[in-house]
Formats: sequence, structure tokens, C-alpha cells
Amino acid sequence: MVKRLLVAILLAVAALGVPVDTQQPEPKQQEEFLPIDQLPPQDQLPAAPLLVTAYCFVVLALFAYLISVARRLGVVQRELDRLQSDARRGGT
Amino acid sequence: MPKWFFPGAIVCGLMFAVAPILIANAPYESTMGLVQKIFYVHLPSALIFLLAAVVCGVASVRFLFGGNPRHDRIAWAAAELVVLFGIITLVTGPLWARKAWGVWWQWDVRLTASLMGWMVAVAYLLLRKYGGPGSDKLAAGLALFGMANVPFIYISVNYWRTIHPTTDVLPTLPPSMGFPVWFTFATFFLLFILLLRMRVRLEEQRAQLDALYLSADA
Repeated sequence: MVKRLLVAILLAVAALGVPVDTQQPEPKQQEEFLPIDQLPPQDQLPAAPLLVTAYCFVVLALFAYLISVARRLGVVQRELDRLQSDARRGGT
Repeated sequence: MPKWFFPGAIVCGLMFAVAPILIANAPYESTMGLVQKIFYVHLPSALIFLLAAVVCGVASVRFLFGGNPRHDRIAWAAAELVVLFGIITLVTGPLWARKAWGVWWQWDVRLTASLMGWMVAVAYLLLRKYGGPGSDKLAAGLALFGMANVPFIYISVNYWRTIHPTTDVLPTLPPSMGFPVWFTFATFFLLFILLLRMRVRLEEQRAQLDALYLSADA
């Protein structure tokens, strides 16, 4: 019984050891540079969405920061005006 | 605001209106094509990112050794602009790289050092916001590391050759591509000056507000 089991294990190991390339041929390696416009359409990445995203991000980031600083300046200015008017009323 | 601020803002707005026309009329780069036009915002924002880090560092050194609060305000304002122009650089770069290199990101020295420089500025702002009393001096020390990183970012591409182009690209550009990029740089530089002045003004007003509250308590 043990002998049969050992034989079965050895056969299984031998079967696993069979090289994979005998079952599946390797894809052919590309050996030279291929210009991007000669690639098949599914491998070509469109440039326009990347360009538009980049420019939109720049405009939005700058605009958001400008709005943020202007808003903070407005809040502080209003508080300054309020305090100064309170101080004037307290002084009179 | 100083007298030059509003004329400067008008000039900057006009330059922002003209820049896209110049960029659109610039010739296509022969190997990358349309996506190379990201260069016209990526490079100027990267240069302003480095300039802002230097301004932040120099103002911090002057604050550490002189104790003048005006220098501290300039450093704080410049740190915000490091974060702003840094994020523009770090977003536009990968968008260009995805098409030109085939990957969004490479852990090469230029990119990694730029990311670290940006994170130092973020750490500076977090320290200023949540650090409590004494955080101004600690943050000034941190800004020195940010400034020390700048020459390293700039020259790294010449010493560790990776996929990122070297610093030779800009001086060797043909005038048809050089003019739009320098014009965009001038526009970003003027915007940097205006935003820095606005942000310093905010800190001046906050200091004035604190002084008023203190005098009211006294």
C-alpha cells in the first residue's frame, strides 16, 4: 500500500516537472523599436484627455487658492472693522 | 494693498489670457506630439515651486536669527505657495509621463526629491496650524530642510541619469518653443508675487486683529 502511494507521488511529481514550454509556446519577442503611431489602436493612449486634465487642474488649483485667500482676507477684514467700530463706540 | 498690486493683477490676468494662444501656436514636439504641451505649465510651475521653497527658507533663516515677525509671515505665505505650485507640478508631471513614458510615476531621484520637498512644505503648514506656541521656530527649522532640498532636486537629473530629462533641455529649446515657456514662466512668476503679497497681507491683518484683542482684554 505504502509502495503504491510512493509510486503515485513520484509519478505526480514527475508530471509536474514537465517543462511548461512544451505545453504553451512563448509569445514572440519584439526585437526592435516600434514608433508609437505604428502601434495597434488599442495600445495607443490618446493625448487630448491627459492634456485637458492637466490644464484644467492648473486653472482650478490656482483659482481655488485665489478664492481661498480672498475669502480669508474678507473674514479677517470684517472682524477688524467690527472690533475697530466697537472700540470707537466704547471710547465715545 | 500696495499701489502696484492692482495694475500687477491686471497685467497678470492679461498674460494668463495670452499664454494659451502662444502655447497653442507653438510647434509640436516630434516624438511626443500633443501631450508635450503639458511642458508649458509643468516646467514654469516646477521652477516657481523651487523658488517658493527658497523664499520660505531664506525668510525662515532671517526670522530665526533676526526675530522679525515680517520674515515669519513671508515664510508662512511662501510655504503655502510651495504646496500650491508643488501639487501642480506633481499632478501635471504624471499626466505627461503616462503618455511619454508609459507610466504615471517613477521612483527616480528628481521625482522622489520633489515629492519630499512638497511634503516638507505640507509638514510646515500642519506644524503652524496645530503646533501651538513655539511652532514658528520649529517650522522655520523645517523650512531650512525644504530649502536645502532645492539644489538637490535641480541637479539630481544630471548626476543620476534616469528617465527624466536633464537640465539641458531649457537652454537648448528653439525660440518657437522657448518663448511660450518663458512667457508662461513670467506669468506664473507675477502670479507668485501677487499671491505672496496677498497672503502676507492676511498674516499682517491677523497680527493686527490679535493686537486689538489683546488691547481690549488689557
